[in-house]
Amino acid sequence: MHLVLLAMDWGFIVEKMILIISIVSLSLIIAMYETYMERKVAAIIQDRRGPNRAGPFGLFQPLADGLKLFMKEEIIPNTSNKMLFVLGPCLAMLTAMMTSAVIPWGDRIHFTLFGQDRYVSLQIADINIGILYIFGVVSMGVYGIMIGGWASNNKFSLLAAMRGASQVISYELPMGLSLIALLMMTGSLKMSVIMGQQLDGWYNVLYQPLGFFIFLVCAFAECNRTPFDLPEAENELNFGYHQEYSSMKLGFYLFAEYINMFISSAVMVTLFWGGYDIPFVSDTELVKNIGYNWMALLQGGVMFLKVLIFIFVFMWVRWTIPRFRYDQLMNLGWKGLIPLGLVNMVITAAVVLWLKK
Amino acid sequence: MQSLTSRAKQVERKPMTWVEKLYMWNIAKGMWITFKHIFKKKATISYPEQKRAFSPVFRGLQILNRDEEGRENCTACGLCAVACPAEAITMEGAERKPGEEHLYREEKYAAKYEINMLRCIFCGLCEEACPKDAVYLSETFAPSNYQRKGFIYGKEDLLIPHPITNPEEYKKALGNRANKSQQQ
Repeated sequence: MHLVLLAMDWGFIVEKMILIISIVSLSLIIAMYETYMERKVAAIIQDRRGPNRAGPFGLFQPLADGLKLFMKEEIIPNTSNKMLFVLGPCLAMLTAMMTSAVIPWGDRIHFTLFGQDRYVSLQIADINIGILYIFGVVSMGVYGIMIGGWASNNKFSLLAAMRGASQVISYELPMGLSLIALLMMTGSLKMSVIMGQQLDGWYNVLYQPLGFFIFLVCAFAECNRTPFDLPEAENELNFGYHQEYSSMKLGFYLFAEYINMFISSAVMVTLFWGGYDIPFVSDTELVKNIGYNWMALLQGGVMFLKVLIFIFVFMWVRWTIPRFRYDQLMNLGWKGLIPLGLVNMVITAAVVLWLKK
Repeated sequence: MQSLTSRAKQVERKPMTWVEKLYMWNIAKGMWITFKHIFKKKATISYPEQKRAFSPVFRGLQILNRDEEGRENCTACGLCAVACPAEAITMEGAERKPGEEHLYREEKYAAKYEINMLRCIFCGLCEEACPKDAVYLSETFAPSNYQRKGFIYGKEDLLIPHPITNPEEYKKALGNRANKSQQQ
Protein backbone atom coordinates (compact mmCIF):
# COMPACT_ATOMS: atom_id res chain seq x y z
CA MET A 1 0.00 0.00 0.00
CA HIS A 2 2.70 2.44 1.05
CA LEU A 3 4.73 1.50 -1.95
CA VAL A 4 1.86 2.31 -4.24
CA LEU A 5 1.46 5.73 -2.66
CA LEU A 6 5.15 6.39 -2.96
CA ALA A 7 5.29 5.27 -6.53
CA MET A 8 2.56 7.72 -7.49
CA ASP A 9 3.65 10.88 -9.23
CA TRP A 10 2.47 13.38 -6.62
CA GLY A 11 3.71 16.25 -8.68
CA PHE A 12 1.29 15.22 -11.37
CA ILE A 13 -1.64 15.45 -8.99
CA VAL A 14 -0.53 18.83 -7.67
CA GLU A 15 -0.08 20.13 -11.18
CA LYS A 16 -3.54 19.00 -12.19
CA MET A 17 -5.09 20.44 -9.05
CA ILE A 18 -3.53 23.82 -9.71
CA LEU A 19 -4.66 23.66 -13.31
CA ILE A 20 -8.22 22.73 -12.37
CA ILE A 21 -8.47 25.45 -9.74
CA SER A 22 -7.07 28.11 -12.02
CA ILE A 23 -9.28 27.18 -14.96
CA VAL A 24 -12.42 26.98 -12.85
CA SER A 25 -11.74 30.31 -11.18
CA LEU A 26 -10.81 31.80 -14.53
CA SER A 27 -14.10 30.72 -16.05
CA LEU A 28 -15.95 32.13 -13.05
CA ILE A 29 -14.22 35.47 -13.39
CA ILE A 30 -14.82 35.52 -17.11
CA ALA A 31 -18.49 34.69 -16.59
CA MET A 32 -18.67 37.53 -14.07
CA TYR A 33 -17.24 40.00 -16.52
CA GLU A 34 -19.42 38.64 -19.30
CA THR A 35 -22.39 40.12 -17.47
CA TYR A 36 -20.59 43.46 -17.54
CA MET A 37 -19.69 43.00 -21.19
CA GLU A 38 -23.26 42.05 -22.02
CA ARG A 39 -24.57 45.26 -20.54
CA LYS A 40 -21.89 47.31 -22.24
CA VAL A 41 -22.48 45.69 -25.63
CA ALA A 42 -26.22 46.17 -25.26
CA ALA A 43 -25.65 49.80 -24.41
CA ILE A 44 -23.29 50.41 -27.31
CA ILE A 45 -25.61 48.76 -29.81
CA GLN A 46 -28.51 50.84 -28.49
CA ASP A 47 -26.47 54.08 -28.55
CA ARG A 48 -26.25 54.26 -24.78
CA ARG A 49 -23.30 54.26 -22.40
CA GLY A 50 -23.98 51.31 -20.13
CA PRO A 51 -22.77 50.86 -16.56
CA ASN A 52 -20.08 53.44 -15.80
CA ARG A 53 -20.64 54.43 -12.18
CA ALA A 54 -19.22 51.62 -10.04
CA GLY A 55 -15.47 52.00 -10.27
CA PRO A 56 -13.50 53.05 -13.35
CA PHE A 57 -15.63 52.45 -16.45
CA GLY A 58 -18.10 50.64 -14.21
CA LEU A 59 -15.72 47.73 -13.81
CA PHE A 60 -16.97 46.91 -10.31
CA GLN A 61 -20.52 46.57 -11.54
CA PRO A 62 -20.45 42.72 -11.54
CA LEU A 63 -19.29 42.78 -7.91
CA ALA A 64 -22.13 45.08 -6.99
CA ASP A 65 -24.60 42.86 -8.84
CA GLY A 66 -23.27 39.78 -7.06
CA LEU A 67 -23.47 41.49 -3.70
CA LYS A 68 -27.03 42.50 -4.44
CA LEU A 69 -27.99 38.91 -5.24
CA PHE A 70 -26.36 37.63 -2.04
CA MET A 71 -28.13 40.24 0.08
CA LYS A 72 -31.57 39.44 -1.25
CA GLU A 73 -34.02 37.38 0.71
CA GLU A 74 -33.86 33.73 -0.10
CA ILE A 75 -37.26 32.19 -0.56
CA ILE A 76 -37.80 28.46 -0.81
CA PRO A 77 -41.42 27.70 -1.64
CA ASN A 78 -43.23 25.90 1.14
CA THR A 79 -44.51 23.05 -0.98
CA SER A 80 -41.35 22.55 -2.98
CA ASN A 81 -39.06 19.58 -2.72
CA LYS A 82 -36.30 21.33 -0.82
CA MET A 83 -33.46 19.00 -1.64
CA LEU A 84 -34.13 19.08 -5.35
CA PHE A 85 -34.84 22.78 -5.21
CA VAL A 86 -31.30 23.38 -4.04
CA LEU A 87 -29.86 20.69 -6.28
CA GLY A 88 -31.20 22.35 -9.46
CA PRO A 89 -28.93 25.40 -9.53
CA CYS A 90 -26.02 23.33 -8.19
CA LEU A 91 -26.34 20.95 -11.10
CA ALA A 92 -26.60 23.80 -13.58
CA MET A 93 -23.38 25.28 -12.25
CA LEU A 94 -21.62 21.93 -12.03
CA THR A 95 -22.33 20.88 -15.60
CA ALA A 96 -21.40 24.33 -16.84
CA MET A 97 -17.99 24.10 -15.18
CA MET A 98 -17.22 20.48 -16.01
CA THR A 99 -17.04 20.97 -19.74
CA SER A 100 -13.85 23.01 -19.52
CA ALA A 101 -11.89 19.89 -18.52
CA VAL A 102 -11.14 18.69 -22.04
CA ILE A 103 -10.48 22.01 -23.73
CA PRO A 104 -6.81 22.68 -24.51
CA TRP A 105 -5.97 26.21 -23.39
CA GLY A 106 -2.40 26.22 -24.61
CA ASP A 107 0.40 23.88 -25.52
CA ARG A 108 2.49 23.24 -22.40
CA ILE A 109 4.55 24.86 -19.68
CA HIS A 110 8.12 23.83 -19.00
CA PHE A 111 9.95 24.17 -15.68
CA THR A 112 12.65 22.41 -13.71
CA LEU A 113 11.82 20.93 -10.32
CA PHE A 114 14.49 19.19 -8.18
CA GLY A 115 16.66 18.93 -11.26
CA GLN A 116 13.88 17.30 -13.20
CA ASP A 117 12.47 18.71 -16.42
CA ARG A 118 8.70 18.86 -16.21
CA TYR A 119 6.26 19.60 -19.00
CA VAL A 120 2.72 20.47 -17.96
CA SER A 121 0.06 20.31 -20.62
CA LEU A 122 -2.47 23.13 -20.38
CA GLN A 123 -5.34 20.74 -20.85
CA ILE A 124 -6.83 19.21 -17.74
CA ALA A 125 -7.66 15.85 -19.24
CA ASP A 126 -6.73 14.76 -22.74
CA ILE A 127 -9.14 11.85 -22.93
CA ASN A 128 -9.66 9.96 -26.15
CA ILE A 129 -13.41 10.66 -26.17
CA GLY A 130 -13.10 14.41 -25.61
CA ILE A 131 -16.02 15.48 -27.76
CA LEU A 132 -18.21 12.70 -26.47
CA TYR A 133 -17.45 13.86 -22.96
CA ILE A 134 -18.54 17.39 -23.83
CA PHE A 135 -21.78 16.09 -25.26
CA GLY A 136 -22.41 13.94 -22.21
CA VAL A 137 -21.88 16.81 -19.81
CA VAL A 138 -23.87 19.29 -21.87
CA SER A 139 -26.86 16.97 -22.03
CA MET A 140 -26.67 16.66 -18.25
CA GLY A 141 -27.36 20.38 -18.16
CA VAL A 142 -30.97 19.50 -18.98
CA TYR A 143 -31.26 18.02 -15.49
CA GLY A 144 -30.52 21.38 -13.94
CA ILE A 145 -33.41 22.87 -15.86
CA MET A 146 -35.82 19.98 -15.30
CA ILE A 147 -35.08 19.52 -11.61
CA GLY A 148 -35.31 23.25 -10.96
CA GLY A 149 -38.64 23.51 -12.75
CA TRP A 150 -40.09 20.40 -11.20
CA ALA A 151 -38.95 21.00 -7.63
CA SER A 152 -40.54 24.47 -7.59
CA ASN A 153 -43.97 22.81 -7.48
CA ASN A 154 -45.37 25.45 -9.77
CA LYS A 155 -47.08 24.55 -13.02
CA PHE A 156 -45.61 27.47 -14.91
CA SER A 157 -42.11 26.56 -13.82
CA LEU A 158 -42.73 22.98 -14.88
CA LEU A 159 -44.07 24.06 -18.27
CA ALA A 160 -41.08 26.29 -18.77
CA ALA A 161 -38.76 23.47 -17.76
CA MET A 162 -40.41 21.18 -20.33
CA ARG A 163 -39.98 23.92 -22.89
CA GLY A 164 -36.33 24.32 -22.03
CA ALA A 165 -35.60 20.62 -21.87
CA SER A 166 -37.22 19.82 -25.20
CA GLN A 167 -35.40 22.72 -26.80
CA VAL A 168 -32.01 21.65 -25.52
CA ILE A 169 -32.56 18.03 -26.46
CA SER A 170 -33.82 18.78 -29.95
CA TYR A 171 -30.93 21.11 -30.72
CA GLU A 172 -28.42 18.54 -29.56
CA LEU A 173 -29.32 16.44 -32.59
CA PRO A 174 -28.21 18.85 -35.33
CA MET A 175 -25.22 19.76 -33.17
CA GLY A 176 -24.20 16.10 -33.13
CA LEU A 177 -24.78 15.77 -36.86
CA SER A 178 -22.57 18.74 -37.61
CA LEU A 179 -19.87 17.23 -35.43
CA ILE A 180 -20.10 13.82 -37.09
CA ALA A 181 -19.13 15.50 -40.35
CA LEU A 182 -16.19 17.09 -38.58
CA LEU A 183 -15.15 13.82 -36.98
CA MET A 184 -15.17 12.06 -40.34
CA MET A 185 -12.55 14.56 -41.45
CA THR A 186 -10.37 14.52 -38.38
CA GLY A 187 -10.76 10.84 -37.62
CA SER A 188 -10.45 11.33 -33.88
CA LEU A 189 -12.56 12.34 -30.91
CA LYS A 190 -9.54 13.54 -29.02
CA MET A 191 -9.52 17.32 -28.61
CA SER A 192 -5.73 17.57 -28.80
CA VAL A 193 -5.65 15.65 -32.09
CA ILE A 194 -8.32 17.87 -33.65
CA MET A 195 -6.37 20.87 -32.37
CA GLY A 196 -3.05 19.56 -33.63
CA GLN A 197 -4.35 19.09 -37.15
CA GLN A 198 -5.32 22.73 -37.29
CA LEU A 199 -2.03 23.87 -35.80
CA ASP A 200 -0.15 23.29 -39.04
CA GLY A 201 -2.94 23.03 -41.60
CA TRP A 202 -6.04 25.02 -42.36
CA TYR A 203 -8.70 25.71 -39.78
CA ASN A 204 -11.60 23.30 -39.82
CA VAL A 205 -14.06 26.08 -40.53
CA LEU A 206 -12.66 26.28 -44.07
CA TYR A 207 -13.53 22.63 -44.67
CA GLN A 208 -16.76 22.67 -42.74
CA PRO A 209 -18.39 26.10 -43.09
CA LEU A 210 -21.90 24.64 -43.04
CA GLY A 211 -21.03 22.38 -40.14
CA PHE A 212 -19.68 25.34 -38.21
CA PHE A 213 -22.77 27.33 -38.97
CA ILE A 214 -25.07 24.59 -37.71
CA PHE A 215 -22.92 24.17 -34.62
CA LEU A 216 -23.08 27.91 -33.94
CA VAL A 217 -26.87 28.04 -34.18
CA CYS A 218 -27.18 25.00 -31.94
CA ALA A 219 -24.76 26.51 -29.45
CA PHE A 220 -27.08 29.49 -29.19
CA ALA A 221 -29.97 27.16 -28.45
CA GLU A 222 -27.97 25.08 -25.97
CA CYS A 223 -26.96 28.15 -24.00
CA ASN A 224 -30.57 29.41 -23.97
CA ARG A 225 -29.47 32.61 -25.63
CA THR A 226 -31.58 34.83 -27.84
CA PRO A 227 -33.15 34.09 -30.31
CA PHE A 228 -33.70 30.78 -28.51
CA ASP A 229 -34.14 32.01 -24.94
CA LEU A 230 -37.68 30.71 -24.61
CA PRO A 231 -36.96 28.87 -21.38
CA GLU A 232 -36.65 32.24 -19.72
CA ALA A 233 -38.94 34.40 -21.79
CA GLU A 234 -39.55 36.80 -18.97
CA ASN A 235 -41.86 39.20 -20.71
CA GLU A 236 -44.25 37.04 -22.66
CA LEU A 237 -44.07 33.57 -21.14
CA ASN A 238 -44.07 34.45 -17.43
CA PHE A 239 -40.38 33.78 -16.89
CA GLY A 240 -38.94 30.30 -16.99
CA TYR A 241 -37.94 27.34 -14.90
CA HIS A 242 -36.32 29.68 -12.37
CA GLN A 243 -39.52 31.53 -11.68
CA GLU A 244 -39.63 30.50 -8.00
CA TYR A 245 -35.95 31.11 -7.43
CA SER A 246 -34.61 34.16 -5.69
CA SER A 247 -31.35 35.47 -4.34
CA MET A 248 -28.15 33.71 -5.32
CA LYS A 249 -29.90 30.51 -6.45
CA LEU A 250 -31.39 32.53 -9.26
CA GLY A 251 -27.97 34.07 -9.68
CA PHE A 252 -26.44 30.64 -10.13
CA TYR A 253 -28.86 29.77 -12.91
CA LEU A 254 -28.08 32.99 -14.71
CA PHE A 255 -24.40 32.58 -13.98
CA ALA A 256 -24.40 29.04 -15.37
CA GLU A 257 -25.74 30.47 -18.60
CA TYR A 258 -22.79 32.82 -18.86
CA ILE A 259 -20.30 30.07 -18.08
CA ASN A 260 -21.98 27.93 -20.73
CA MET A 261 -21.55 30.76 -23.18
CA PHE A 262 -17.85 30.99 -22.41
CA ILE A 263 -17.31 27.24 -22.61
CA SER A 264 -19.26 26.76 -25.81
CA SER A 265 -17.31 29.62 -27.36
CA ALA A 266 -14.13 27.83 -26.31
CA VAL A 267 -15.39 24.55 -27.80
CA MET A 268 -16.24 26.27 -31.05
CA VAL A 269 -12.85 27.91 -31.20
CA THR A 270 -11.11 24.62 -30.51
CA LEU A 271 -13.09 22.58 -32.99
CA PHE A 272 -13.45 25.02 -35.85
CA TRP A 273 -11.17 28.02 -35.42
CA GLY A 274 -7.86 26.44 -34.57
CA GLY A 275 -8.03 26.78 -30.79
CA TYR A 276 -4.85 28.31 -29.39
CA ASP A 277 -3.11 28.35 -32.76
CA ILE A 278 -1.68 31.76 -33.55
CA PRO A 279 -2.93 32.64 -37.02
CA PHE A 280 -0.44 33.34 -39.85
CA VAL A 281 2.49 32.23 -37.66
CA SER A 282 4.19 28.87 -37.64
CA ASP A 283 3.90 27.79 -34.03
CA THR A 284 6.60 25.14 -34.23
CA GLU A 285 9.11 27.73 -35.45
CA LEU A 286 8.11 30.28 -32.84
CA VAL A 287 8.44 27.86 -29.96
CA LYS A 288 12.12 27.34 -30.78
CA ASN A 289 12.74 31.06 -30.50
CA ILE A 290 10.87 32.07 -27.37
CA GLY A 291 10.56 28.86 -25.37
CA TYR A 292 7.60 26.95 -24.06
CA ASN A 293 6.46 29.27 -21.29
CA TRP A 294 6.19 32.46 -23.36
CA MET A 295 4.59 30.43 -26.09
CA ALA A 296 1.96 29.08 -23.69
CA LEU A 297 1.20 32.61 -22.55
CA LEU A 298 0.92 33.82 -26.13
CA GLN A 299 -1.27 30.90 -27.13
CA GLY A 300 -3.49 31.38 -24.11
CA GLY A 301 -3.89 35.02 -25.08
CA VAL A 302 -4.78 34.16 -28.66
CA MET A 303 -7.27 31.55 -27.49
CA PHE A 304 -8.82 34.06 -25.12
CA LEU A 305 -9.07 36.63 -27.88
CA LYS A 306 -10.83 34.20 -30.18
CA VAL A 307 -13.21 33.19 -27.41
CA LEU A 308 -13.89 36.84 -26.70
CA ILE A 309 -14.87 37.42 -30.31
CA PHE A 310 -17.34 34.56 -30.09
CA ILE A 311 -18.78 35.87 -26.85
CA PHE A 312 -19.23 39.19 -28.58
CA VAL A 313 -21.08 37.45 -31.41
CA PHE A 314 -23.36 35.82 -28.84
CA MET A 315 -24.18 39.23 -27.42
CA TRP A 316 -24.39 40.93 -30.76
CA VAL A 317 -27.01 38.40 -31.86
CA ARG A 318 -28.88 38.79 -28.59
CA TRP A 319 -29.34 42.50 -29.07
CA THR A 320 -30.27 42.14 -32.73
CA ILE A 321 -32.76 39.34 -33.07
CA PRO A 322 -36.08 39.03 -31.30
CA ARG A 323 -37.14 35.75 -29.73
CA PHE A 324 -38.57 32.97 -31.87
CA ARG A 325 -42.05 31.69 -31.33
CA TYR A 326 -41.99 28.17 -29.95
CA ASP A 327 -43.27 26.48 -33.12
CA GLN A 328 -40.74 28.46 -35.16
CA LEU A 329 -38.02 27.26 -32.85
CA MET A 330 -39.04 23.62 -33.22
CA ASN A 331 -39.50 23.98 -36.97
CA LEU A 332 -36.07 25.46 -37.35
CA GLY A 333 -34.51 22.71 -35.33
CA TRP A 334 -36.25 19.68 -36.77
CA LYS A 335 -37.10 20.78 -40.29
CA GLY A 336 -34.27 23.21 -40.96
CA LEU A 337 -31.10 22.28 -39.16
CA ILE A 338 -31.40 18.48 -39.01
CA PRO A 339 -31.86 18.05 -42.80
CA LEU A 340 -29.06 20.55 -43.30
CA GLY A 341 -26.84 18.60 -40.95
CA LEU A 342 -27.67 15.34 -42.71
CA VAL A 343 -26.86 16.82 -46.10
CA ASN A 344 -23.60 18.17 -44.74
CA MET A 345 -22.77 14.78 -43.30
CA VAL A 346 -23.49 12.90 -46.53
CA ILE A 347 -21.51 15.34 -48.64
CA THR A 348 -18.55 15.21 -46.26
CA ALA A 349 -18.66 11.43 -46.22
CA ALA A 350 -18.70 11.29 -50.00
CA VAL A 351 -15.81 13.72 -50.32
CA VAL A 352 -13.75 11.94 -47.68
CA LEU A 353 -14.29 8.61 -49.44
CA TRP A 354 -13.46 10.10 -52.82
CA LEU A 355 -10.24 11.65 -51.55
CA LYS A 356 -9.11 8.43 -49.94
CA LYS A 357 -9.56 6.47 -53.16
CA MET B 1 -61.37 47.11 -54.13
CA GLN B 2 -60.92 50.84 -54.01
CA SER B 3 -58.18 51.74 -51.59
CA LEU B 4 -58.62 54.68 -49.26
CA THR B 5 -55.23 56.26 -49.86
CA SER B 6 -52.62 56.14 -52.58
CA ARG B 7 -50.16 54.67 -50.10
CA ALA B 8 -52.04 51.38 -49.65
CA LYS B 9 -49.79 48.40 -50.27
CA GLN B 10 -50.74 44.88 -51.21
CA VAL B 11 -49.57 42.51 -48.48
CA GLU B 12 -47.86 39.38 -49.70
CA ARG B 13 -49.05 36.29 -47.91
CA LYS B 14 -47.32 33.53 -49.83
CA PRO B 15 -45.63 30.97 -47.59
CA MET B 16 -41.92 31.33 -47.02
CA THR B 17 -39.58 29.18 -49.01
CA TRP B 18 -37.25 26.78 -47.24
CA VAL B 19 -34.32 29.13 -47.58
CA GLU B 20 -36.35 32.04 -46.22
CA LYS B 21 -37.39 29.89 -43.28
CA LEU B 22 -33.77 29.71 -42.16
CA TYR B 23 -33.99 33.52 -41.74
CA MET B 24 -30.34 33.86 -42.63
CA TRP B 25 -30.47 36.77 -45.01
CA ASN B 26 -32.74 38.79 -42.78
CA ILE B 27 -30.68 38.06 -39.72
CA ALA B 28 -27.53 39.14 -41.55
CA LYS B 29 -29.24 42.39 -42.50
CA GLY B 30 -30.30 42.99 -38.92
CA MET B 31 -26.84 42.23 -37.61
CA TRP B 32 -25.37 44.74 -40.03
CA ILE B 33 -27.73 47.41 -38.76
CA THR B 34 -26.83 46.80 -35.12
CA PHE B 35 -23.15 46.66 -36.06
CA LYS B 36 -23.38 50.11 -37.60
CA HIS B 37 -24.86 51.41 -34.36
CA ILE B 38 -21.66 50.54 -32.50
CA PHE B 39 -19.92 53.42 -34.20
CA LYS B 40 -22.69 55.96 -33.85
CA LYS B 41 -22.53 58.91 -31.54
CA LYS B 42 -24.17 58.29 -28.17
CA ALA B 43 -27.17 60.43 -27.39
CA THR B 44 -26.68 60.03 -23.64
CA ILE B 45 -24.72 62.54 -21.58
CA SER B 46 -23.15 61.60 -18.23
CA TYR B 47 -25.45 63.79 -16.19
CA PRO B 48 -23.86 65.06 -13.01
CA GLU B 49 -20.48 65.66 -14.66
CA GLN B 50 -21.87 66.89 -17.92
CA LYS B 51 -24.88 69.12 -18.19
CA ARG B 52 -26.95 70.02 -21.14
CA ALA B 53 -27.13 73.72 -21.99
CA PHE B 54 -30.47 75.24 -21.05
CA SER B 55 -32.54 77.40 -23.31
CA PRO B 56 -32.34 81.11 -22.39
CA VAL B 57 -35.89 81.04 -21.08
CA PHE B 58 -35.36 78.05 -18.77
CA ARG B 59 -37.09 78.47 -15.42
CA GLY B 60 -35.51 76.65 -12.51
CA LEU B 61 -35.50 77.19 -8.76
CA GLN B 62 -35.90 80.72 -7.43
CA ILE B 63 -33.08 82.79 -6.03
CA LEU B 64 -33.29 85.92 -3.93
CA ASN B 65 -31.02 88.52 -5.45
CA ARG B 66 -28.56 90.94 -3.87
CA ASP B 67 -27.23 94.17 -5.34
CA GLU B 68 -23.58 94.84 -6.21
CA GLU B 69 -22.66 95.58 -2.61
CA GLY B 70 -24.29 92.40 -1.42
CA ARG B 71 -27.38 93.90 0.13
CA GLU B 72 -30.66 92.07 -0.16
CA ASN B 73 -33.01 93.53 -2.73
CA CYS B 74 -36.25 92.21 -1.33
CA THR B 75 -38.50 94.67 0.54
CA ALA B 76 -41.20 92.13 1.41
CA CYS B 77 -43.80 94.02 -0.60
CA GLY B 78 -45.69 90.78 -1.21
CA LEU B 79 -46.32 91.32 -4.91
CA CYS B 80 -44.74 87.99 -5.78
CA ALA B 81 -46.96 86.19 -3.29
CA VAL B 82 -50.00 87.89 -4.81
CA ALA B 83 -48.89 87.00 -8.32
CA CYS B 84 -48.17 83.39 -7.48
CA PRO B 85 -50.91 81.19 -8.96
CA ALA B 86 -49.89 78.21 -6.87
CA GLU B 87 -49.74 80.18 -3.60
CA ALA B 88 -46.31 78.85 -2.90
CA ILE B 89 -44.76 82.01 -1.47
CA THR B 90 -45.14 83.30 2.08
CA MET B 91 -43.19 86.08 3.71
CA GLU B 92 -42.95 88.32 6.74
CA GLY B 93 -41.64 91.86 6.57
CA ALA B 94 -39.47 93.63 9.13
CA GLU B 95 -38.00 97.07 9.59
CA ARG B 96 -34.33 97.71 9.05
CA LYS B 97 -32.57 98.77 12.26
CA PRO B 98 -29.77 101.36 12.24
CA GLY B 99 -26.49 99.61 11.55
CA GLU B 100 -28.04 97.07 9.22
CA GLU B 101 -27.61 99.23 6.12
CA HIS B 102 -24.97 96.92 4.76
CA LEU B 103 -27.42 93.98 4.91
CA TYR B 104 -30.59 95.36 3.41
CA ARG B 105 -30.90 97.87 0.61
CA GLU B 106 -34.11 99.56 1.76
CA GLU B 107 -35.84 100.33 5.04
CA LYS B 108 -38.03 97.26 4.94
CA TYR B 109 -36.82 93.72 4.35
CA ALA B 110 -38.12 90.16 4.41
CA ALA B 111 -37.47 88.58 7.79
CA LYS B 112 -38.95 85.34 6.56
CA TYR B 113 -39.27 84.35 2.91
CA GLU B 114 -40.43 80.85 2.04
CA ILE B 115 -41.22 79.13 -1.21
CA ASN B 116 -42.80 75.72 -1.15
CA MET B 117 -41.06 73.96 -4.02
CA LEU B 118 -43.70 71.24 -4.12
CA ARG B 119 -46.39 73.82 -4.80
CA CYS B 120 -44.34 75.98 -7.14
CA ILE B 121 -45.11 75.46 -10.81
CA PHE B 122 -42.09 77.47 -12.01
CA CYS B 123 -44.24 79.80 -14.10
CA GLY B 124 -42.00 82.78 -13.42
CA LEU B 125 -44.84 85.17 -12.51
CA CYS B 126 -43.07 86.11 -9.24
CA GLU B 127 -40.09 87.22 -11.25
CA GLU B 128 -42.32 89.32 -13.50
CA ALA B 129 -44.17 90.84 -10.55
CA CYS B 130 -41.08 91.86 -8.58
CA PRO B 131 -40.45 95.63 -8.78
CA LYS B 132 -37.10 95.38 -6.99
CA ASP B 133 -35.29 92.80 -9.14
CA ALA B 134 -35.22 90.61 -6.04
CA VAL B 135 -36.56 87.25 -7.15
CA TYR B 136 -35.30 85.35 -10.15
CA LEU B 137 -35.73 81.90 -11.53
CA SER B 138 -32.25 80.43 -11.79
CA GLU B 139 -30.89 77.55 -13.81
CA THR B 140 -30.63 75.12 -10.92
CA PHE B 141 -33.27 72.44 -10.81
CA ALA B 142 -34.12 68.93 -9.59
CA PRO B 143 -34.43 69.55 -5.88
CA SER B 144 -34.41 66.35 -3.87
CA ASN B 145 -35.15 65.63 -0.24
CA TYR B 146 -36.18 62.85 2.08
CA GLN B 147 -39.04 64.75 3.68
CA ARG B 148 -41.78 67.03 2.45
CA LYS B 149 -40.78 69.79 4.82
CA GLY B 150 -37.36 69.85 3.20
CA PHE B 151 -38.97 71.23 0.08
CA ILE B 152 -40.06 74.42 1.81
CA TYR B 153 -37.11 76.59 0.95
CA GLY B 154 -36.36 79.36 3.45
CA LYS B 155 -34.21 82.41 3.01
CA GLU B 156 -30.99 80.52 3.68
CA ASP B 157 -31.74 78.23 0.71
CA LEU B 158 -32.92 80.94 -1.61
CA LEU B 159 -30.47 83.79 -1.02
CA ILE B 160 -27.81 84.16 -3.63
CA PRO B 161 -24.14 83.93 -2.47
CA HIS B 162 -22.51 87.22 -1.58
CA PRO B 163 -21.19 88.99 -4.71
CA ILE B 164 -18.09 90.44 -3.02
CA THR B 165 -16.98 87.65 -0.70
CA ASN B 166 -17.99 84.83 -3.02
CA PRO B 167 -18.13 86.26 -6.57
CA GLU B 168 -17.79 82.97 -8.42
CA GLU B 169 -20.67 81.24 -6.68
CA TYR B 170 -22.68 84.42 -7.11
CA LYS B 171 -22.16 84.43 -10.86
CA LYS B 172 -23.06 80.78 -11.13
CA ALA B 173 -26.22 81.15 -9.12
CA LEU B 174 -27.29 84.24 -10.99
CA GLY B 175 -27.31 82.43 -14.32
CA ASN B 176 -28.01 83.91 -17.70
CA ARG B 177 -31.57 84.83 -17.01
CA ALA B 178 -30.93 87.44 -14.36
CA ASN B 179 -28.01 88.89 -16.31
CA LYS B 180 -30.16 89.34 -19.33
CA SER B 181 -32.84 91.41 -17.67
CA GLN B 182 -30.25 93.41 -15.74
CA GLN B 183 -28.60 94.37 -18.98
CA GLN B 184 -31.84 95.75 -20.36
